[in-house]
Amino acid sequence: MAKMSLIKVRFFASLRERLGRSEEQVEAAGLSCVADVWSRVSADPLPANTLVAINQEYASPGSPVRAGDEVAFFPPVTGG
Amino acid sequence: MTIRVQKEGFDPWRELAAYQEAHARDWAGRFGATSVFVGSLRDFNQGQVVTGMALEHYPGMTETYLEKISAEARSRWELLDTLVVHRYGPLSLADSIVLVAVWSEHRDAAFAACRYLIDELKTRAPFWKRETTSAGVRWVEENNP
Repeated sequence: MAKMSLIKVRFFASLRERLGRSEEQVEAAGLSCVADVWSRVSADPLPANTLVAINQEYASPGSPVRAGDEVAFFPPVTGG
Repeated sequence: MTIRVQKEGFDPWRELAAYQEAHARDWAGRFGATSVFVGSLRDFNQGQVVTGMALEHYPGMTETYLEKISAEARSRWELLDTLVVHRYGPLSLADSIVLVAVWSEHRDAAFAACRYLIDELKTRAPFWKRETTSAGVRWVEENNP
């Protein structure tokens, strides 16, 4: 969980490498959904097939976010 | 219902023997079928020689989804128990990556639930494979069935 006025943003795998960081904190003010969070952390459009999670549960770009959330972006999973 | 995500290597057959042994008293005579899937690291993928692999994961979310998927299997089929063990971190050739085991009264439920667990794990559990191949290091982009 992030500090109360913030959203903690995490990146994994190839997306983490592409962005050159694994996490950052952004001010929640003005951000209403996951897509808004992406726009805050990157000038590029959200890459196709990117999966998103809010507080470690799968979500979609339109899912609402609020201060204190942990929002994650990552490529399709390849475990097993 | 047990799930485990670990960095250390494991021998799936010893895991199974130990798990059954630990439950021997409770389980005596209660299951007629055991179905097992083991995934191991191959030395080739998509036309290239693979010499090693590292698995990244999302700590916390991984465990949450392995538990969720296990609970779903138990609600869909009549099962005595399920076991899922998955590695993360660096792996060597031929290492076991994942073990899925299901115990039930009859084989239909055991086969179906084992298949469900590994298939759902592959599409929902947040793990990412990074292969070292003869051509360099690359992220695996998709899972084959």
